[in-house]
Amino acid sequence: MPDMSDTTAADDTAGKPHKAGLFDIRNIIGALMGIYGVILVLAGLLGEHEPEKTGGINANLWTGLALLVVGAFFATWARLKPIVVPENVEAPDDDPTRPAPQRKRPPVH
Amino acid sequence: MSSDTLIDATWLDYLLVAIYFGFVLGIGVMARRSVSDSIDFFLSGRSLPAWVTGLAFISANLGAVEIMGMSANGAEIGLSTFHYFWVGAVPAMLFLGVVMMPFYYGSKVRSVPEFMFKRFGTGAHLVNAISFAVAQLLIAGVNLALLAGIVHALLGWPIWVALIVAGAVVLSYITLGGLSAAIYNEVLQFFVIVASLLPLTLIGLHRVGGWNGLTDKITAASESASSASEAPAAAQQLNAWPGEALSGFDSPVLSVVGIVFGLGFVLSFGYWTTNFVEVQRAMASDSISAARKTPIIGAFPKMFIPFIVIIPGMVSAVLVTEMIDLKNGGTPAGGASGEGVAYNDALLLLMRDVLPNGLLGLAIAGLLAAFMAGMAANISAFNTVFSYDLWQRYIRKDHSDDYYLRIGRLATVGATVIAIFTAQIAMGYDNVMNYLQTLFGFFNAPLFATFILGMFWKRMTPTAGWVGLVAGTLSAIAVDRAGAAGVFELSGQGTAFLAASVAFVVDIVLSIVVSLVTKPKPASELRGLVYSETPREDRTDPNEAAMPWYQRTLPLAGIALAMVIALNFAF
Repeated sequence: MPDMSDTTAADDTAGKPHKAGLFDIRNIIGALMGIYGVILVLAGLLGEHEPEKTGGINANLWTGLALLVVGAFFATWARLKPIVVPENVEAPDDDPTRPAPQRKRPPVH
Repeated sequence: MSSDTLIDATWLDYLLVAIYFGFVLGIGVMARRSVSDSIDFFLSGRSLPAWVTGLAFISANLGAVEIMGMSANGAEIGLSTFHYFWVGAVPAMLFLGVVMMPFYYGSKVRSVPEFMFKRFGTGAHLVNAISFAVAQLLIAGVNLALLAGIVHALLGWPIWVALIVAGAVVLSYITLGGLSAAIYNEVLQFFVIVASLLPLTLIGLHRVGGWNGLTDKITAASESASSASEAPAAAQQLNAWPGEALSGFDSPVLSVVGIVFGLGFVLSFGYWTTNFVEVQRAMASDSISAARKTPIIGAFPKMFIPFIVIIPGMVSAVLVTEMIDLKNGGTPAGGASGEGVAYNDALLLLMRDVLPNGLLGLAIAGLLAAFMAGMAANISAFNTVFSYDLWQRYIRKDHSDDYYLRIGRLATVGATVIAIFTAQIAMGYDNVMNYLQTLFGFFNAPLFATFILGMFWKRMTPTAGWVGLVAGTLSAIAVDRAGAAGVFELSGQGTAFLAASVAFVVDIVLSIVVSLVTKPKPASELRGLVYSETPREDRTDPNEAAMPWYQRTLPLAGIALAMVIALNFAF
């Protein structure tokens, strides 16, 4: 999956390019997984273990750690290969079946 | 926490759910306000990389069907459920990417009916728009029923209150803009679901003593089963082929034919290649090459999803007291519907028994997200087809934009209300998968027949387009009713497979016959719609040849195909 990345926008015409930052989906995934990871690790360390449910494994702790790794992976990936937004984005027609910001009137057949 | 609820969630679980909804609504609000030109760039369509659209593509499908239906199937009939993925999804996804995507991407259609209009004109368009709208309402009912089931399991509310509340939640999600960033949400949802189902599977397997413990327990349960039990023999549950438990055929040969043709060809190709809720994800990618790779990249995770939905279902059937009782022919009380435990409850009950608070919240967030997003997608697809394909084209032409937007809002509310009623139909099915496959047989199988013939045979006429669709759907309904009336006896999802196959054959035969006696469209109008009339450069991406092999469509599809064949031999 990581190798499939062709996220850098090719059309980089004029002016200084700016990065997608917060809106880069990899940062959003990384943030959510990271927050979940922290909460689950804390729950695993401080909360009840409930070993009778999990068969003795501290499931919250291990899942939390795994999520932290995933979160860090996405954050690093986004940092190493940032998406550059082209200066002039041609606004295409809105797609009424595909939710997106409604900017123009939906097309009439 | 009150003890009369199915699942005891604590503040920790609710916190995890709340964080998820905070993210989703936050993205939605930002997308609506378009505060940043970069989010404009991402959401404006045709700008996303293939890995994002590929994940969104399978995530759009990773809702009610996959999670509840497949785990229910796993609990009921075991490993032959894998066919839904390895025979019933991956080959069709590869076909979609390699063969059909260029036509969709190239013709820039926005809905299934619109493609029908371009290819066949008014008749097929009207038929397809109506049947698409009806299908979306029925499938929205499935998602709503499952959503209400979780609300009921969590809070213990009566099921009808849960239905209305769940409907209201979906409405506010649509209104607050959660749908604006649907692709973002779907990708997030994918990670949340995997993050909760993977631990569920591992812990579940650990509890039953690993894979060997699971097979031993299934064998033991099957040997000691009471006469009231309708569960298939252990050997059938533990091998994917020949899958008699799935198809309902007694003969292994017929069973394999039924699975390969009924499920593998007609139902799955019909579903994956004509279901625009999924196909549209590919339309948001940045090039024809990325659009073609979208379903192919999606095929890789799709191959492994069955391990985290079917196996928990199987574990549930040997670990959870109520499920053991149900499989043994009993009728345990409780369950998400409040009217007795059903196979649909397999996953929820396993979550209750093995997930500690914390992970439980993660799992609830994932399930709620999947069903809500699924229903919202159905409703918005209905809304579009109703307002523009039906209302504007056939009832009130040439009104202002505001007028159609108002109609659209009314349609959204109306569809949600109707879904509360169609949810009742869905709840009448013990295993929701049976119901969904029946619906796909009615709507997708004839549509696929018409699509595939229309794409490859330029002689196919506009009249044949609508005649085939109508006759195909009617014949599938006839087969289904005959099965319900007891004319023939097929358990499992065999009736749905048969109905779909009959619909496909009837549609193809009638379309050919009608085409031979009616007048085709002139070839000049078929460019981009019919294979032989579309020049090669319209179908391929000139930049693709320069990419390394692992970014090209065909090598990727080849690897996926080889992997799925290997998996079929392994199980």
